[in-house]
Amino acid sequence: MTDCILKISNLQKRFGSLKATDDLSLDLRVGEIHAVIGPNGAGKSTLIKQICGELAPDSGSIEFLGRQITDLDVAARARLGLGRTFQVSSLAMEYSALRNVMLAVQSVQGSSFRFFKSLSADQPLRDSAMHCLSEVGLEHRADICAAQLSHGERRQLEIAVVLALQPKAFLLDEPMAGMGAEGSQKLTGFLDQLRQRAPILMVEHDMDAVFSLADRISVLVYGKIIMTGTVDQVRSDARVREAYLGEE
Amino acid sequence: MANLTIEHKLNIFLVLLLLVLPAIALILDEPFYITLATKVVILALAGVGLNLALGLGGLGSFGHAAFFGIGGYIAGILASHSLNAELMFSVLGVEFDGTTNMLLIWPLALLVSALVAVFIGYFSLRTKGVYFIMITLAFAQMIYYFAIAWPAYGGEDGLSIYVRNQFLGLNTLDPIIFYGICFSLLMSVLLLVWRLKNSHFGSALQAARQNEQRLAAVGIPPFGIKLTAFVISAMITALAGALFADLNRFVSPDMLSWHTSGEIMIFVILGGVGRLFGPVVGAGLFILFEYFLGGLTEHWALFLGIVLLAVVLFARGGLVGLIAGEVKHD
Repeated sequence: MTDCILKISNLQKRFGSLKATDDLSLDLRVGEIHAVIGPNGAGKSTLIKQICGELAPDSGSIEFLGRQITDLDVAARARLGLGRTFQVSSLAMEYSALRNVMLAVQSVQGSSFRFFKSLSADQPLRDSAMHCLSEVGLEHRADICAAQLSHGERRQLEIAVVLALQPKAFLLDEPMAGMGAEGSQKLTGFLDQLRQRAPILMVEHDMDAVFSLADRISVLVYGKIIMTGTVDQVRSDARVREAYLGEE
Repeated sequence: MANLTIEHKLNIFLVLLLLVLPAIALILDEPFYITLATKVVILALAGVGLNLALGLGGLGSFGHAAFFGIGGYIAGILASHSLNAELMFSVLGVEFDGTTNMLLIWPLALLVSALVAVFIGYFSLRTKGVYFIMITLAFAQMIYYFAIAWPAYGGEDGLSIYVRNQFLGLNTLDPIIFYGICFSLLMSVLLLVWRLKNSHFGSALQAARQNEQRLAAVGIPPFGIKLTAFVISAMITALAGALFADLNRFVSPDMLSWHTSGEIMIFVILGGVGRLFGPVVGAGLFILFEYFLGGLTEHWALFLGIVLLAVVLFARGGLVGLIAGEVKHD
């Protein structure tokens, strides 16, 4: 398939006797939002970690833009265009919001081994970082240090950082977590547009968001994908109701 | 330049102090105090090296004595061959002599320390926290015992340099001239570290200290950034070691021992971890304690310990932090 950006095949990961990822295969196609849902402990985080390179699978392969990335480290995968956000915001807390985004911009420029040129005097770099901040509506908080941002603002900042990476695919780990009703709604609208730029693979608990956004949904239970389908298919599937929706 | 922060003013004050005090000592014809100031400047330089790794990168190396000693031994070994008119070694018929020229000694000290730092860093940087401290200590101790066991260059007794090495035909045995050389080097390195801190690389390095996961997620490999910083840090400390050997006209395994690593770390912590002039303040205070309090009691280190404890408990930014407040990134 030519429009397949990310292709995960037969992924396996065990922790002792626990099969956290059990012969898992899924793909991400151009222009879509593919949501992975599942009850707590289904192995969603383990899956995200293996895709972004934090955790090595026992077997199986991950192909990105037609290239094997199973053996690449986190940074190499990010440079190829795999942009991820974290379930719990992971930022450089002493840096201002702007400086956090600038880090991503300088990575894209490949300028991290410049030793003498002043970073703050690098106006083009500042400008593109500021542009990303304004896209998520955080430009008025540019100079505030990340540690002083509210929870919701940190989530926004994470999105701004990942935008700055100009990724070929977004990997979002529970982007709605702790956003509040208004924040979730805004973010849902934003992600709806974002899929035009690059496809999104997201793990999410917020069912309203998933059902309104996702083109396809995969349901993960005990490390296995029990089905992949459209919103309607997933909603009407008996196994999904039993395993997941019924419990809510 | 209107909006100078307190830290900027403090830094300017320190530079002036380092210029004025030796000048006063010169006028009063007290060469001993010039030598004392020289010691402060050289030890500060060693601290500036460690501060790059520890302060900016969060790499608590407890093995920087290795680099300090390597710098010292490079100066000592080259000088001893030159002064004894012995051949150092020959490779494929090309003969290498020693030298007493600082302008040859320094680059060689930088080169050798960089190579050793690449090796040590390559293994050590796979670990974190206490393990990193222990593994850097272990590497440094290996070099220490090697120096003790190597009789060619004095072994445990060390190696004397009879005449101070040469610099552009100046009389380096004149205390104020040697001070001038050391002071100029310290200022140049501080300028370099200041630029580096505010550069793209510096930004990535400080991000590695705050959150490695974040750095990797934007596609910058933390290992490469940290290894580069570790190597630059080692080179600066080695340069200080070469000067220290010339100051004392003597090199011994003491320079390589864990005591030395600890002292360099004390300079950084006392002055302020990650603060540009922190090691200058720290080394200055250390020497003041050692000399003035050491004249009164042999237990001067006890008082230094109390001060260090107070700084760690109540002033995490060290003395610079106490005076100038917390660091603010833009």
